Amino acid sequence: MTGNVLEQVRTIASDIFSVPLANIHNDSTPETIESWDSIQHLSLALTLEEKFSVQLSPEEIERMRNIGEIAKLIETKLQATPN
Amino acid sequence: MSHTENMLGLRGEVDRRLEAGSPEASAAGIRELWRNQSELATAAFVCSRFERLRGKLPLTPHRTAILRSFTVEPIVPLLRAEAFCAGIDLSVHIGDFNAYSQEILDSSSSLYHFTPNSVILAVRTPDIAPDLWTQYSDLSSEQVREACERVSSSLQRFIQAFRENSPAALIVHNLEQPVRPSSGVLDAQSETGQAEAIRQINNELRRHAGANRGIYVLDYDALIARHGRQSWQDDRKYLTARLPISGDNLIYVSREWLRFLVPLSGKIAKALVVDLDNTLWGGVVGEDGVTGIKLGPEYPGAAYQALQRAMLDLTRRGILLAICSKNNSEDAMEVLEKHPGMLLRPEHFAAMRINWNDKVQGLREIASELNIGTDSLAFLDDNPVEREQVRASLPEVTVLDLPASPFEYPAVVRDSPVFERLSLSAEDEQRTAMYAVQRERAKGEQQFQSKEDFYRFLEQEVEVAALAPETLSRISQLTQKTNQFNLTTRRYTEQQISAMSRQAGWNVLSIRVRDRFGDQGLVGVAITHDARDTCEIDTFLMSCRVIGRTVETALLSVLAKAASQRGRTRLAGYFLPTRKNAPAQNFYSQHGFKLESENGEGSLWAFDLTRQAIPCPDWIDLKVTEGVNH
Repeated sequence: MTGNVLEQVRTIASDIFSVPLANIHNDSTPETIESWDSIQHLSLALTLEEKFSVQLSPEEIERMRNIGEIAKLIETKLQATPN
Repeated sequence: MSHTENMLGLRGEVDRRLEAGSPEASAAGIRELWRNQSELATAAFVCSRFERLRGKLPLTPHRTAILRSFTVEPIVPLLRAEAFCAGIDLSVHIGDFNAYSQEILDSSSSLYHFTPNSVILAVRTPDIAPDLWTQYSDLSSEQVREACERVSSSLQRFIQAFRENSPAALIVHNLEQPVRPSSGVLDAQSETGQAEAIRQINNELRRHAGANRGIYVLDYDALIARHGRQSWQDDRKYLTARLPISGDNLIYVSREWLRFLVPLSGKIAKALVVDLDNTLWGGVVGEDGVTGIKLGPEYPGAAYQALQRAMLDLTRRGILLAICSKNNSEDAMEVLEKHPGMLLRPEHFAAMRINWNDKVQGLREIASELNIGTDSLAFLDDNPVEREQVRASLPEVTVLDLPASPFEYPAVVRDSPVFERLSLSAEDEQRTAMYAVQRERAKGEQQFQSKEDFYRFLEQEVEVAALAPETLSRISQLTQKTNQFNLTTRRYTEQQISAMSRQAGWNVLSIRVRDRFGDQGLVGVAITHDARDTCEIDTFLMSCRVIGRTVETALLSVLAKAASQRGRTRLAGYFLPTRKNAPAQNFYSQHGFKLESENGEGSLWAFDLTRQAIPCPDWIDLKVTEGVNH
């Protein structure tokens, strides 16, 4: 499950930032990915909400600093919502 | 395989096709991907792959600038992906945040340096009229009036400055209404209510836009209403990222913009070609029969009527309709001509291919008959196999996907940007007027006690003229197209008509009708030839537009009189029955012709010109131009 969410987050990030999947890692951050600016950050948040059917609070969006953390955040949110 | 895996597979397939150097196939794959997954995560892929196809596909470049008071950046990839799929290579310039006023007023701004083809002015009510938005209940009616005037005159100033500084098209969002007006239900009771104030500004905006060329209003308020005002917003993202629109709704903004950019780029459809069974009506006429198909004002036939209504609306914009369907033509024509639930009738269709040939061929033939390119066709068919075949063979045709429920069909037609028009040309408007006249006429007919009253009310002027160079093509066209009121259904080319008219004893006449509603144009043809004592009617036809208004009697009276003047004593003609010309079958008997002979092909009728005349109805003002009587 962990791997699956992480992989999906990486794929989404690769799409949004227009960066090859191989260059998106667990520890990728706005510092290591050049196109990860505030606008793309917003697009990333919108896409995560859509793809995982979750709501991200402004604070959560603010805290999304690297790919691994984002995947963990999404997992937590998915576990909290009963399917 | 899951949907996600399918889409990943499709991405791989697109890249393989790109590698293989087949641009049309790659584009088809990208479009399929986008149809199935119109979302931000796919948009970047779609745009990057289309960018690699530049120069290999007929993409129309278009430059658009977005001036805005809010965050529009996440909409842009969606817009570019949508545009690419519609054949438009869109370059987008985004104005600085909330700097729309300076950019539009300053002729040396980055906006004008960008040399856009179009500019979208997307300003929200809370940004341009914050007092009307948040403090409405604090304002006196005088202050409300001042605020409305201030906003209207700003918009007017923007429009005028823009028109002076740029030849581009300007698309201006109108102002949205609040989700909940500040004084609750009281708002709707007051002349100076909040909603009313915003409506007034919007009316003024429309007026200012209409006073200038190339300025268009985008009804942003209606867009929001259509998708649900309450769920349109995302307050948290507005407060943190100045993005007031929720993620799900961004695509709708991009599509609304595209409804302007598509006609501005000329990527429009001039004709909509439709299938019949399970598209124009429910069921299969060949199996269910004319009475068994679903079509009417009740469930479930109402869905198909609603689609027909949407198509009828397209004709008012000058868009042609055509049929491409695999049916027995007789079955289909019976529905088209007689089914009481049909809103569309044969005369609404500019071309028909009702046969068992494949549809790709049918579409090619229709395009050539209508004298337009296949890239000007849109295609509507419930059968996904037909759609795929057309997509594969004629990628330039706009193929509309139909959802499972026929109740959603009308929205597919109404939402497609290829049918949008930003203004109507003189020709379109004429066509529109013609239809309006016909509706009026139909209404008029019901108010009269007698048919005669109605004929008099029409004030018909009928002009009968001999063949002239400028009427040749229309006359030939009428012999080719007229099926119902056509006594012999003889089809003639222009060359044949022209040759006939030069032969001794032959006369080619046309009839033009005007009435109190307008000019009906050239609507009837008669061809006669004299042999000994007889004038024989070779062709006599009347467009269905004027059938049943006694103009056919007027034309016949001219034939009779002219024949007498040329010394003929007998006027004769055949009625050759077809599946469609029943409306004309009693024509000769009703006008005092005697049946002379009859065989399997038809009947011969004759009228003795020495004993009586055929009078023109006295409610018709008849003009006969020179050259008719010899």
